[in-house]
Amino acid sequence: MGSPIECTNLRKTYDGKVEAVRGVSLRIEAGECFGLLGPNGAGKTTTIEILEGLLAPTSGDVRIFGHTWADHPRQLREWIGISLQETRLSEKLNVRETIELFASFYSEPRPAADVLRELELTEKSDSWVGKLSGGQKQRLAVATALVGNPRILFLDEPTTGLDPQSRRQLWDIVRAFQQKGGTVLLTTHYMDEAERLCDRLAIVDHGQIIAEGTPPDLIDRLGGHHVVEFEVSGNSNGQGTDAWRALPSVESVRNENGTICLNVREPHLTIPALLEVVNHQGQQLEHLSTRQASLEDVFVNLTGRHLRED
Amino acid sequence: MATETTTPIPKTPKLEGRPPIPAAPTRRNGRWSGYTHLLWARMLELKREPEIIFWVFGFPLLLAFGLGIAFRNKPANTTSVAVVQNAGAIKTLAMLQSSPAHSSIHATVLEREAALKDFHFGKVDLVIEPNPDGSVTYYYDPSRPESVLSRSEIDAAVQAAAGRKDALATSNRISSEPGSRYIDFLIPGLLGMNLMNSGMWGIGFALVEMRQRKLLKRFVATPMRRTDFLLALTSSRLVLMVIEVALLLGFGVLVFHMPVLGSIVSVLLLGTLGAIAFGGIGLLTACRAQKIESVSGLINLVMMPMWIFSGVFFSYQHFPAMAQPFIKALPLTALNDALRATILEGASLPSQSVRLLILALWGGISFILALRWFRWT
Repeated sequence: MGSPIECTNLRKTYDGKVEAVRGVSLRIEAGECFGLLGPNGAGKTTTIEILEGLLAPTSGDVRIFGHTWADHPRQLREWIGISLQETRLSEKLNVRETIELFASFYSEPRPAADVLRELELTEKSDSWVGKLSGGQKQRLAVATALVGNPRILFLDEPTTGLDPQSRRQLWDIVRAFQQKGGTVLLTTHYMDEAERLCDRLAIVDHGQIIAEGTPPDLIDRLGGHHVVEFEVSGNSNGQGTDAWRALPSVESVRNENGTICLNVREPHLTIPALLEVVNHQGQQLEHLSTRQASLEDVFVNLTGRHLRED
Repeated sequence: MATETTTPIPKTPKLEGRPPIPAAPTRRNGRWSGYTHLLWARMLELKREPEIIFWVFGFPLLLAFGLGIAFRNKPANTTSVAVVQNAGAIKTLAMLQSSPAHSSIHATVLEREAALKDFHFGKVDLVIEPNPDGSVTYYYDPSRPESVLSRSEIDAAVQAAAGRKDALATSNRISSEPGSRYIDFLIPGLLGMNLMNSGMWGIGFALVEMRQRKLLKRFVATPMRRTDFLLALTSSRLVLMVIEVALLLGFGVLVFHMPVLGSIVSVLLLGTLGAIAFGGIGLLTACRAQKIESVSGLINLVMMPMWIFSGVFFSYQHFPAMAQPFIKALPLTALNDALRATILEGASLPSQSVRLLILALWGGISFILALRWFRWT
């Protein structure tokens, strides 16, 4: 039995010049929630649409449970559920009619009522799609993906633009699907979503995977689980980051517009030494904070940029 | 990995490589489940869209009613003339009154200026100016048929009143039976135009709208059969077509006593062929467009020549002979001619094979090209 999703060396070139995906290889195991994390324009949507069989790759190989899209398109469609980044479902149909319509395409769908209950849409069954809130529309989009009783759920930016409560609701839905044995592939540019929801992640930038692993793994690779951030006033600009790199327990240093960020294994060793250096150089500490390292720090460390630069 | 490609996929759920089912399914869908749901959803959407109800059903009826009234209430052979106010006016009026055709002449006496002004604005068809020597001068416009007609009628009346005798005895029979009036000509034309409009908008515009909403992409991400989708869209057009035909013909028969000589089955078959032909052209128009704005322009561009040339409101015989082969090759011309021949003359479908062939070719070729070029995403 092949893995739910496997691809090797995917490339996608638009119009012979724009390289959206440049050699992506992935293997996603059954029951896993896998995330593609990256900034807008990183090639996440192109990658997921190739895996969904909606786009043909320029080169490379895709297998869903060991089968290719070219050989068994209809069978593979029976096994997967998809929520596209942006679909505006027919506004003049109500929620139940929409679910029934999508259910009718599958040979063995789930009862619409079950799916509506699971996604907390039962009360809205008779409402027109055009009248739903953003969160309800997104839940309906996921409901149309779940009603076919899929083995794999593909979600492209499922929570973009949603309020915090709606986001948590969707996370619960994804977890429930996973608990029943389903496999999930999602794209996101929210690091908290990736961190909380995904068993494994691939960080994508400029069409390539630049890191892959479990969220704790990726953070481990920073060296330090903690981040110490501070600003100093005085002649700090001239001395660069070398003095900070030499502090005990520091794994890496970066300067973000004057704010110094240290990735640190053990803050209780770093901070006293840091204060001493500041004192010794006759500088003033403007402020100092410590926090747990996040995937954002991983991304910044790898690319020198933030996930959301807008 | 390569060995797995050759493994055939059995249709049964027990298949190699299939993971455990997350939840037990409780129903199995049949072959046509997708098609029936798509058709039902389409009908619901149409029913819930008041604009569509108006443009498809209300608008043609309003047009038929308005034009039917406008051309029915005009008394067929009354001519309006103005007599210039002068010494001879009374005598001229008396001559018109004494003529045998006086009931169809409506004459008013006006100052010379006012009379000419009314003539210029089309209120009267002819101005008669009595001369001091007893003769009369006509002001008429040779490019206005009613003016020419009026001149010849008035002249005959005046000459008869002055004592001219007819050299040859003639007699007349009135023939304005239902079936040869303007409204009878108009309603089949409106029906044809309506089938064109709703085919182009109902298929072409609807598809591009769904493409723009990424709904088409969402549909092809499911196991939905693409042919089912197109079939359902076409079927919804046919259901509307039956209602359109029933409404317009029923309206013509009830309100204007239009005769329907051909069989209803023939009319419905023509309607079906017309709806499918224009559905195919609509599909072709929509096969690539990404935005509803661009497809709206395209649809109007495609329909424009047919509005003008295909004889909806007036006969295309008015166009130069050179243009006739081109006009007759248009699908709407073929449909309108066939509808008129069937409804008004009771012509059989086999006798119109050329027109049917033109429609079928337009529809068939458009459909094949559209499927080749169609983009779902």
